[in-house]
Amino acid sequence: MHDLTFPLRWRVALVAPALAVFLAFWLLPMAALVQLSADGHFLATYRALLTNSRYMTSLLQTVLLSAAVTLATLAISTTCGLLLARRDFAGRRALVALLTFPLAFPGVVVGFMVIMLAGRQGLIGALALRFVGERWVFAYSMTGLFAGYLYFSIPRVIVTVMACASKLDASLEEAARSLGASPWRVTRDVVLPALMPGLIAAGAVCFATAMGAFGTAFTLATDIDVLPMTIYTEFTLNANMVTAAGLSIVLGIVTWGVLTLARSLSGTSVAATA
Amino acid sequence: MSALPSRGRDEDRLSTRVEPRAPHRRSALPSARTWIAVAQWLVTLATCAFLVVPVVMSIVAGLTVNYFRGVASGLTLRWLEEVWTQYHASVFLSLEVAAATLAVTLATGVPAGYALARSRTRVSRMIEELLVMPVALPGLASALALLVVYGGYSAFRMSAAFIVVGHVVFTLPFMVRPVAAVCASSDLRTLEEGAASLGASFMQRFFTIVLPNARPGIVAGALAVLTLSIGEFNLTWMLHTPDTKTLPVGLADTYASLRIEVGSAYTILFFIMTMPLLVAMQWFGVATPDVATRRERNAGISHHQDSQ
Repeated sequence: MHDLTFPLRWRVALVAPALAVFLAFWLLPMAALVQLSADGHFLATYRALLTNSRYMTSLLQTVLLSAAVTLATLAISTTCGLLLARRDFAGRRALVALLTFPLAFPGVVVGFMVIMLAGRQGLIGALALRFVGERWVFAYSMTGLFAGYLYFSIPRVIVTVMACASKLDASLEEAARSLGASPWRVTRDVVLPALMPGLIAAGAVCFATAMGAFGTAFTLATDIDVLPMTIYTEFTLNANMVTAAGLSIVLGIVTWGVLTLARSLSGTSVAATA
Repeated sequence: MSALPSRGRDEDRLSTRVEPRAPHRRSALPSARTWIAVAQWLVTLATCAFLVVPVVMSIVAGLTVNYFRGVASGLTLRWLEEVWTQYHASVFLSLEVAAATLAVTLATGVPAGYALARSRTRVSRMIEELLVMPVALPGLASALALLVVYGGYSAFRMSAAFIVVGHVVFTLPFMVRPVAAVCASSDLRTLEEGAASLGASFMQRFFTIVLPNARPGIVAGALAVLTLSIGEFNLTWMLHTPDTKTLPVGLADTYASLRIEVGSAYTILFFIMTMPLLVAMQWFGVATPDVATRRERNAGISHHQDSQ
């Protein structure tokens, strides 16, 4: 493209600093990490890793947990997001603010919120003790982690759903309704398909975050069997750098694969929301 | 609800439109619509409670003398004082790291975002993809990779710069993308050609045309970078040393080892610190699409992701 006002040397000069930072502090270290993880015999090392049932169970649990979190988040956030984006009521802005302010919470704080709700001195436990006669404590387990990732993801996906819903063409729904479609059918056949690219993109990001998340699990309990915790344990307790490197690369490839798949499904750039 | 005439509910749903519909259907439709609306409200309010109740609880817990006995044991600022004397260094370190990260991402990310938006070639598309990789892949992997290569340089390893480097790589796309999106949506090329034909040099154009036009993107990017850097844990936990404990690292320590009142008081400190950022986000419409300008919304600025 010939562009008089933007010669090539300026282009290179403007992109160079960012690219240099990226190459020096991410791409080069990543290449070194891959090399380290091979431990001299790439195939043998990775075969040992991928046939280790403990690591694979951990990976499977991480994938299942992330998938469950993604589906639940999408269902809840779509319901809330549509309400907030399409109805006008007193206090709407306050409700939006309440539902989106946890955006700034890091995973560790989210973990603490789960402890507040479902920990040993948690609200749910206290309520259950009073009404059911039994203290429910589920914060320090997979269920607690599930609640934590929900807490983390819901505000993010609500923001996306609201942004997508505000761009919907209202005349399509009107047409469907005037042709006699029930509200449920309008939602299923008109609204949801229109939201789908945004939902797939948001879901992919939600999945990727849950896969690599570490802070929430770390706060709740160090023995929850998800892959980031396994990597951390290998690295610190066992000082097994090769396995930690290999597992984090496997985790990275699985995550990246899901993002790529989602992008080809939604047709738009998922990375745009990442 | 069911006693309302159906017109009222229509207005509730589509505030300005009056829709033509055969009268005989009116009796059948409202109940389904009412049920959907009620269910929607229940889910929304339950979600709101799920998000807000623990925050309120932790604020109360941080101000209570003995949380196990409840608020009846009295309110106190003792825990906040204790946390402040013990951990104020982590607050300042986090602010310093966030400021340094912001400075580097502004200096490198803004020019890059502009240049990538102006040159829509395959190479620039590829560079954009590459820059997002550290966000798409688990932070743990990036942190391990940094340790493998730079862990041996102990002066660098022991300094806060090591954490800043990790944060910069992770937050850079959050600066580049909004800037690129805003630059792509405003017709900079025409504006710049006009200025160039009047004799403005490249630097003059960059500072008088490009930067003012990219401002919404820069503001959104800066807020995202600050928020992410202050809350970053995945990388920071692996990169920190006993002398470079940031706020989230200190939080994780407290949660793991100290009583719930202290953890809560520390969390209050975190809330106080991030509050200005949240207000700024609401103010500039970064988090809430309804107040965002159309341009920002199309640019996808409101999309947000960070690592736990």
